[in-house]
Amino acid sequence: MNQSSFSVESAAGSRSRFAGFRLLVPGLLWTIVFCLLPMIVVLAVSFATRGTYGGVVWEFSLDNYRDLLHPLYGRIFGQSLLMAGMTTGLCLALGFPLAYYIARLPPRRQALWLVLIMIPFWTNFLVRTYAWIFILRTEGLLNTVLIQLHLISTPLDLLYSNQAVLLGLAYGYLPFMVLPLYAAIERVDPALIEAARDLYADRWSLFRRVLLPLTKPGMIAGCVLVFIPSLGAFLTPDLLGGARSMMVGNLIQHEYLVARDWPLGSALSLVLMLMVMGSLLWYFRAQAPQAGAGGGR
Amino acid sequence: MWLRGISGLSLAFLYLPIIVLVVFSFNASRLSAVWQGFSWHWYGVLRHDEALLAAAANSLWVAALSTSIVVLLGVPAAMGLERLRGRGRRSLETIFLLPLVLPEVMMGVALLLFFVMIRWPLSLATVVIGHAAFNLPVVIVMVRARLQKLDPRLEEAARDLGASAWQTFCRITWPLVRPAVLGAALLAFTISLDDFIVTFFVAGPGSTTLPLRVYSMIKSGISPEINALSSVLVLSSMGLVGLSLAFQRR
Repeated sequence: MNQSSFSVESAAGSRSRFAGFRLLVPGLLWTIVFCLLPMIVVLAVSFATRGTYGGVVWEFSLDNYRDLLHPLYGRIFGQSLLMAGMTTGLCLALGFPLAYYIARLPPRRQALWLVLIMIPFWTNFLVRTYAWIFILRTEGLLNTVLIQLHLISTPLDLLYSNQAVLLGLAYGYLPFMVLPLYAAIERVDPALIEAARDLYADRWSLFRRVLLPLTKPGMIAGCVLVFIPSLGAFLTPDLLGGARSMMVGNLIQHEYLVARDWPLGSALSLVLMLMVMGSLLWYFRAQAPQAGAGGGR
Repeated sequence: MWLRGISGLSLAFLYLPIIVLVVFSFNASRLSAVWQGFSWHWYGVLRHDEALLAAAANSLWVAALSTSIVVLLGVPAAMGLERLRGRGRRSLETIFLLPLVLPEVMMGVALLLFFVMIRWPLSLATVVIGHAAFNLPVVIVMVRARLQKLDPRLEEAARDLGASAWQTFCRITWPLVRPAVLGAALLAFTISLDDFIVTFFVAGPGSTTLPLRVYSMIKSGISPEINALSSVLVLSSMGLVGLSLAFQRR
């Protein structure tokens, strides 16, 4: 009796598993055709040759990757890594105190603050970038106010600089840092912080010896979430940056739509993707010890 | 308390630019950074900008169609993923979540190349497909979060009582996940309405959406009209997201 009911159950189980697979086939096909396949096309084109009038000639070559070694591209990749790194640092510096403050609020106020942090993130990115143009440009709000207050006599050149790009990126991605940090800090037992205080830890050693080790996975999560979109940024450097603020995203766009060198553009976007995958791998490795502690994975 | 001060400043950093933008959309002056009195003038200009209205109509169509596609594909996919077990599930999850981790520029150029290779002329249809490609994981993630909280015994009880799979879905599962699906749909709609980068690459001639129009307006010079338009966009996405959050809470 027992055995027969067991076999019925497992048959039903495998039937529902099959039904499960049938349910996800349409979505799977959609993702394969309109995401995976296009990426395979990019991979293939990156090994092809540029036609005389643009377009793609299917002749195998490694020239596109060899071209990437040109110092000009190296400089742009370096610039992108530097900007993304600085954005991440700035967001961490701004985000940690904010996340710590929210995590120590009473639960109801916590929910309110989290919603307040999320709302700007859900408003149009283009519009938020435009807001900074409006504030920073030569005839912009900041210069106008400073001149009216007689703090300066001639307007400052704030827009179209690397600093403006950095500001725009940090502004855009700060919520990505705050949310995982908050989740990590919220889990820290307040008794540990009290104990550290009782043992006369100052603010710095409280942060370095208690909070930092306990919230490291959350910090890494926040850093990766800010670093990835900053590295591939296109709009912010395009609108707020100057001639020397070009980042990989702008270079890819330039190769595709202006220079019409699709093979080179494809090679560039694959390198960008490898960098993104690299930081994701680092993220998963950092999160793994925690998750695997019970499962031994 | 210094922590409170810093947090307040960070919040001001997040909101001040948006507030300034909205306030100055009511400025009577053409020199947009000097306040010269309250006026609705620039909103009137918006209403009579034919190109802008056409772009807004395009955006709404694209958002509505791409949202319908991702809901129709995403809800069954989320249910399917929930029923799978083992290693197959992990690798399928990875494929489904791929668009979420790809750099947007990469997604844009990959779709552009793909459409050119299969000789599909760029149009509003390609924009719809692009948006449905990056929004599908959004719906799957949100609907799955709700499915994981459901008591599996509810569906089992319905099946034991002789309900067909379809009846179980209509009577039991759907009413329980409906708020999450509505929340996900509103979010996908908002993301589609706001998207610039993928649209920038896959939009054909004549298929200008609202963000593409805003971009070309910004590139051709600052005018208070952009402030007015930006305010409309900010308020509409805030409203949609607020609604989406309300649905997810239920």
